[in-house]
Amino acid sequence: MAKVVFPDHLLVHTGGEREIEVAAANYRDLLVALEERWPGVREPLNKAAVAIDGQIYQDAFLEPIGADSEVFFMSRIEGG
Amino acid sequence: MAEAVDYRYVGTSPVRPDGVDKVTGRAQFGADQNLPNMLHGRVLRSPHAHARIKRVDLSKALAMDGVRAAVSGADFPAVESGEIGGEGGGDVADIARNVMARDKALYHGHAVAAVAATSVEIAERALEAIEVEYEALPPVLDVLEAMAPDATLLDEQCFTKNLPEKPDKPSNVASVMTLARGDLDAGFEQADVVVEGEYRIPMAHQGYIEPHACTATVNEEGKATVWCCTQGHFEFRAMTSKILKWKISDLKFVASEIGGGFGGKTVVYLEPVAVLLSKHAGRPVKMVMSREEVFRATGPTSGSVCRVKVGAQSNGKITAAKAWLAYEAGAFAGAPVMPGAMSIFAPYEIENFLVEGHDVLVNKPKVAAYRAPGAPQAMHAFEVALDDIARQIGMDPLDLRLANAADEGTQAPYGPKFPAIGFKACIEAAKKHPNYTKPVPEGAGRGVAAGFWFNIGMQSSAEVRINEDGTVIVMEGSPDIGGSRASMGLMAAETLGVPYEQIKTYVGDTESTGFCNVTGGSRTTFATGLAVVQACEDIIAQCKSRAAATWGMDDDQVEWQDGQAIPAPGVNADVKPLSLADVAASAPKTGGPILGRASLNAQGAGASFAVNFGDLKVDPETGAVEVLSFTGIQDAGKAIHPAYVEGQMQGGAAQGLGWALNEEYIYDANGVMENAGFLDYRVPVASDLPMIDTQIVEVPNPSHPYGVRGVGETPIVAPLAVASNAVRDATGVRINDLPLSPPRILAALSGE
Repeated sequence: MAKVVFPDHLLVHTGGEREIEVAAANYRDLLVALEERWPGVREPLNKAAVAIDGQIYQDAFLEPIGADSEVFFMSRIEGG
Repeated sequence: MAEAVDYRYVGTSPVRPDGVDKVTGRAQFGADQNLPNMLHGRVLRSPHAHARIKRVDLSKALAMDGVRAAVSGADFPAVESGEIGGEGGGDVADIARNVMARDKALYHGHAVAAVAATSVEIAERALEAIEVEYEALPPVLDVLEAMAPDATLLDEQCFTKNLPEKPDKPSNVASVMTLARGDLDAGFEQADVVVEGEYRIPMAHQGYIEPHACTATVNEEGKATVWCCTQGHFEFRAMTSKILKWKISDLKFVASEIGGGFGGKTVVYLEPVAVLLSKHAGRPVKMVMSREEVFRATGPTSGSVCRVKVGAQSNGKITAAKAWLAYEAGAFAGAPVMPGAMSIFAPYEIENFLVEGHDVLVNKPKVAAYRAPGAPQAMHAFEVALDDIARQIGMDPLDLRLANAADEGTQAPYGPKFPAIGFKACIEAAKKHPNYTKPVPEGAGRGVAAGFWFNIGMQSSAEVRINEDGTVIVMEGSPDIGGSRASMGLMAAETLGVPYEQIKTYVGDTESTGFCNVTGGSRTTFATGLAVVQACEDIIAQCKSRAAATWGMDDDQVEWQDGQAIPAPGVNADVKPLSLADVAASAPKTGGPILGRASLNAQGAGASFAVNFGDLKVDPETGAVEVLSFTGIQDAGKAIHPAYVEGQMQGGAAQGLGWALNEEYIYDANGVMENAGFLDYRVPVASDLPMIDTQIVEVPNPSHPYGVRGVGETPIVAPLAVASNAVRDATGVRINDLPLSPPRILAALSGE
């Protein structure tokens, strides 16, 4: 199962849970699983960036997630 | 993974394609667009830093000869809260109220009305005829005072976000955030030395030379064309569409050449106003800000208070680090405190840390992005504290950083593990650099600091068109601020295998090329470059297919090599290779025009690290600081055009040193900026700085075919702490706050 970690500012949407394990084949399926677990969480997650195994995605979609993957949600980065 | 290899065109530094037009005055900047029957728009700005707007009466202005239109907040639609996407500059409802105040003026210089007239002079006289009734309110100018529970509120509907429960009372603290890992108390217990400090930096402006300018014309069908200086004409179109509630297809935006942006031209100020004035007047309207308006009403970046506590062992290993950050957002939420918090410890592997950040409303201009937004303020504080640690344990500051440096596999403070990064390579390069191995000049001090920026990808499009003679047009939509047209041309030349001189790169308007996010986040060479490479690969695939058809082969029996189609190895065919020009010449018979395209949302922008050091000298009589030498060392992944990479490093160093030594917004007690001009807001000029020495480190980004990392933002981060640490080294006195202006240095030297 992949390790999924949420930053502090999203804990209000996860009932305070910072880290969970989820089985999902790709990012789309992960979002479905998370939305089932915490209805309404999809919207704030869609505004977040996500790092899957070290690779940062501003807009992930079908990126594969492995059984040993580490998934970190994080704030989107802007820039100058 | 991309390899650090030598290429034929990538890695060379040809003369920039836009250079001649810029030095001869042919280049068209924002204020250069003129149309028949054009009117001139001017903006009436609030004389109060905080006031309710009770009434705005435009009638006397509208009655004046030569005045063709006038608008105020009541003429704009109500805009719902929401995001633009990409680099939107905050909530669109806030941007709308920043473009034109509605019920409240939230800073001195906030737009409250605008007119369009047949001359600038008439427009300015018309502003005097507009009647505005204000109810002045106490201004909130200090970030710490703004956070106090009894502070005057800018927005009675502002409830602090990201708390476990919605607070009972509104506050000027728009949001809070924390990042934490490990056991902070245990970490500090392991420390042999602990350094603690509070570091304050006032607001500073991006200081681009070209003021904001645009010309808008709305035709009888209600369709607008807007020419403007912008870092992102697609996002300006989107913002204008949302603010005016027009369809995107009714708005065409054309990006002019741009005289600097640095993040400050990622958000609209004039464009929706000019469109509305043009619609009311039925004539084109041109609007150009004065320098004073640029200072009072655009940019700047956040002023900040950063408190840092760091503990380390005598061998240099950092055991714990704590940071408390409060950033001024200006009049609307959106200070870059989150990236500040995410970047402050990013170069280092630290087991125990806590960062708390606060986004705070004050009666100052709404902040805009400025090169690595949020990172310089926070990283200044930590890099200064690290310098004090190095002094206390008697360790070389580069060795201290090397002992804690993040590397591939290090868990970044903001979550993921770093892929291949170049921080250690930068430190090692610095240790060997002749400017570092030489003694510090007599009377001077040396400062060292690290820099970091995440970099981003986002959406880009590109088209590559092959002309009938085999020359190449690259069309993309990223405004060229730092020489990106040359970089696109070089990547196209390398990919297609044709000479760079045969390629011309254009930045298309919003109707002639596909969507591109803003030129910002150090993303253009990476992301739009990726689109150009993929569009070229599309061209190659088509050319191979046409060559195969010409030769009666299958597509996979043809290869593309050195700019021509040849039979693949093992294919026995007596045919003459077909160059791009050959394929183009026969295009009418093989399928028509050759057009390649790509659109993507680029992922995997590699983080860029830097190490900077400099020797600075302080005049004890005047307090003036002289920069004797400054060296920037940075990981560029792969420098597509090395001279431009060096230019980014030098420009970032110059801006960072200006921020460190002189630049600051100075306010009076009423919230009026007292130095809104380049005479009193002192950016460095050529005679203030030595040649900035540079060394490019290349640790390729595995997510780009040529290994590109963005380079535009990291260079501004480290110079602030370099200056602080060098002044400490030169004088023996630690000054925590910036800028290190002569009055502040004299006061510190005299023990005040």
